[in-house]
Amino acid sequence: MTLSLFFIQLLNGLQLGVLLFMLSAGLTLVFGIMNFVNLAHGCLYMMGAYFAATVYAATDSFVAAGVAAVVGGGVMAALVEWVVARPLYTRDHLDHVLATFGLILFFNELARWVWGASPSYMNVPPALSGTLDILGVMYPIYRFAIISAGLLAALGCYLLIAKTRVGMLIRAGSLNPTMVAALGVNIRLLNALVFSLGGALAGLAGLMSSPILSVQPGMGEPILILVMIVIVIGGIGSVQGAFYAALMVGVIDTAGRAFLPLLLREFIDRSSAQAAGPAIASMLTCIFMATVLALRPQGLFPVKNA
Amino acid sequence: MTRQNTAPLQTHALVKRYGGLLATDHVSLTLAPGELHAIIGPNGAGKTTLIGQLGGELRPDSGDVLLQGECVTHLPAAERALRGLARSYQISSVFPEFTVLECVALAKQAHAGHSFGAWRALLQRTHLVDPAEHAIAQAGLSHRITQRVSDLAHGERRQLELAMVLVGQPKVLLLDEPMAGMSHQESMKVVDLLAALKGDYTLLLVEHDMQAVFALADTISVLVNGAIIASGKPEEIRQHPDVRTAYLGDEELPE
Amino acid sequence: MKYRLSFAITVVVLLALAVLPVYARWVEEPFLLTFLTRALVLALAALSLNIVLGFGGLVSFGHALYLGLGAYSVGILASHGVDNGALQLLIIVVLCALVGLTTGWVSLRTSGIGFIMITLAFAQMFFYLFVSLKQYGGDDGLSISLRSQLLGLDMGAPLTLYYTAFACVLAVVVWTQHMVHAPFGMVLQAIRMNERRMNALGFHTLRYKLSAYVLSCVIAGVAGFLYANLTGYTSPAYLKWPLSGELIVMVVLGGMGTVLGPLVGALALLVCEEVLKGFTEHWPIILGPFIVLVVLLARRGLYGLALDWDARQAARRASRGASA
Repeated sequence: MTLSLFFIQLLNGLQLGVLLFMLSAGLTLVFGIMNFVNLAHGCLYMMGAYFAATVYAATDSFVAAGVAAVVGGGVMAALVEWVVARPLYTRDHLDHVLATFGLILFFNELARWVWGASPSYMNVPPALSGTLDILGVMYPIYRFAIISAGLLAALGCYLLIAKTRVGMLIRAGSLNPTMVAALGVNIRLLNALVFSLGGALAGLAGLMSSPILSVQPGMGEPILILVMIVIVIGGIGSVQGAFYAALMVGVIDTAGRAFLPLLLREFIDRSSAQAAGPAIASMLTCIFMATVLALRPQGLFPVKNA
Repeated sequence: MTRQNTAPLQTHALVKRYGGLLATDHVSLTLAPGELHAIIGPNGAGKTTLIGQLGGELRPDSGDVLLQGECVTHLPAAERALRGLARSYQISSVFPEFTVLECVALAKQAHAGHSFGAWRALLQRTHLVDPAEHAIAQAGLSHRITQRVSDLAHGERRQLELAMVLVGQPKVLLLDEPMAGMSHQESMKVVDLLAALKGDYTLLLVEHDMQAVFALADTISVLVNGAIIASGKPEEIRQHPDVRTAYLGDEELPE
Repeated sequence: MKYRLSFAITVVVLLALAVLPVYARWVEEPFLLTFLTRALVLALAALSLNIVLGFGGLVSFGHALYLGLGAYSVGILASHGVDNGALQLLIIVVLCALVGLTTGWVSLRTSGIGFIMITLAFAQMFFYLFVSLKQYGGDDGLSISLRSQLLGLDMGAPLTLYYTAFACVLAVVVWTQHMVHAPFGMVLQAIRMNERRMNALGFHTLRYKLSAYVLSCVIAGVAGFLYANLTGYTSPAYLKWPLSGELIVMVVLGGMGTVLGPLVGALALLVCEEVLKGFTEHWPIILGPFIVLVVLLARRGLYGLALDWDARQAARRASRGASA
């Protein structure tokens, strides 16, 4: 196990981490402010990926694909908020779960119908292909671009939430939603904005993922579950918590999948290690979550409620 | 070994901070057996926080709560309830889908050992239903015994709260604004009920209704900004200069 | 007669379920029997979920996990030649109890949104685990050639399996009917209505929530046992979230927190799906919005609406009687 291999996996973990952050930032705000369990968030990611792949195939322009994914994600999110979420804010979580479950069925089948059941692919844009020398290792430029995009998105979120008036309202909303509404803030607009922002970020994540993952119906749910783990570990409603938790989960998951089989081979035979490795690796994030919850049920960076 | 004169409820220098705010400032209280001890104070004085620490929902940052001489500071609310501490809530906190009888029988069930029985109905258990009917009668709610809670008037729900609190034969009752939102007539009924309970039970009453407080209380403690600024018999409190200052503009103390 | 419409529904449903298999045999429609068995097995899982969701108010989005554990227990044991149904069930009960206890304890550390997400995460974790068990089929699943022999009954015989499932469903329904009015059920429902108050009254609420959860996990495991014997197959797909979601839909569609609701819901949903599948291969596009509509408009569920109807009729009769 060389140092460069370790470094590459660390970068891969970082890449997964920022992807998870892009998906969890919006979702944790929706959980924290509107107290709405949006299981359909993964669908926004999937639609973003499909929009990106389709537009890219038609125009060969990564920028156009990007716009399609981000705007598409935002618009879809706004629609979902208007049609499904808004009537259900006052209802309990079960209703949210059921309604968004229905949405998942709808969106996945829609994707299957429009784009077919077999995976679509998007090529890495030529401008971002090739490898880059980072501290002595050759790392794909595109993956590095993902990391950069993710960190930029995180910076953007930070600036928005900490430095703007809208951000202040969002922060206030996550601490005390009823108070913000009572103060006469246009809570409908704020909710729609938060939802759309989450959708846009999910679309961005979809865009960035398409060249490296296969775009297919149902791609949203496996990553959504990882996103939920991130949110629980970070603290529901906390974007800051989502950032750190996303990076942690990204690194743990990637490093676990890469190194656990190697580690196990030291102790047991190769074929068993090959089988057990991925199994245990996929359980690592869950075990991590369970440990965090056992010690700190409110998450690592909880939003302190008024 | 029981000490006959052990205070039913006592606190030693309770402190609770919320960030920079000192919500409970070294509060020490001692209740005498059978007395009705009222806590009054302006809004925001920290009465709810104090009751939370007495009941077990909040942990103090320092200080102790003693129930019958036993230190219960680190015990959760459920454990304190089983040791004889009962609490009623400011906002009616009952079970909307159940009937009056079911609510009170359930409250009795808490003291009847484990609740894993899954075959014989709750209301078929006479050791629960009989005390429940008695407590409901004590609270003056017998005529509504089969009504669903969701059909009860506000004042009746408060009576139900009291029945639920009484059925467990508690040693100490914590009553958090039992007369909140009641009409004058309804308040009078509750005052009579509480007066009848004094002596058999020890009561800690948090209330804003000054007429009720001065009619019922054996001892009054005044809580301002988290600290007890005065504590004594009603006549002493009435004359106390600090109390008058604290209440200027907030409440009128009855003459 | 105290209950009218709901009682009628109960009688019709149970009678139909008792008699239809014989009819299916008579007209030689094996598909009907398979369909009904599947409905009963999933109804059993939904009934188990109702304990913790309908009465306890805990939204568990990972109940398919226990169905899967049950099915895999049968599959793995059968692949090693063990077909003793009683032994398989014993292992299932212990396994589901242990897993349920662990995941339940962790999940109950948070409540609300956290609970939903964690139960989902745990189910997904086991999904990956079974995918990685290549020696037991991995992603392709494991076929079960050796059906369970339960106390002399051959689970491979369709009618035997059906009536075993029916007996399980009846047992759970009858038990639930009693549980609802007994201390355990009352405590559970009260915790759902006002947990804070229950703590203040002296109940250690975690104990009861966890017990209800573990119990429902075990019953779902039994459903898995039956499911594996029905399909002759087990696969990681049995643990996937769509199945967990479908179970929740069954509970709510039928009537959450009612005794017979999940059974009615399971039958209704499966019939709906069959009808939709007949129309188009893209049936989830219709089912998805249908579920959304149910949530928005018919939240009480079919059996729940029947109970409401009965209550309204009773109130009307009472007021008419009073004014007469």
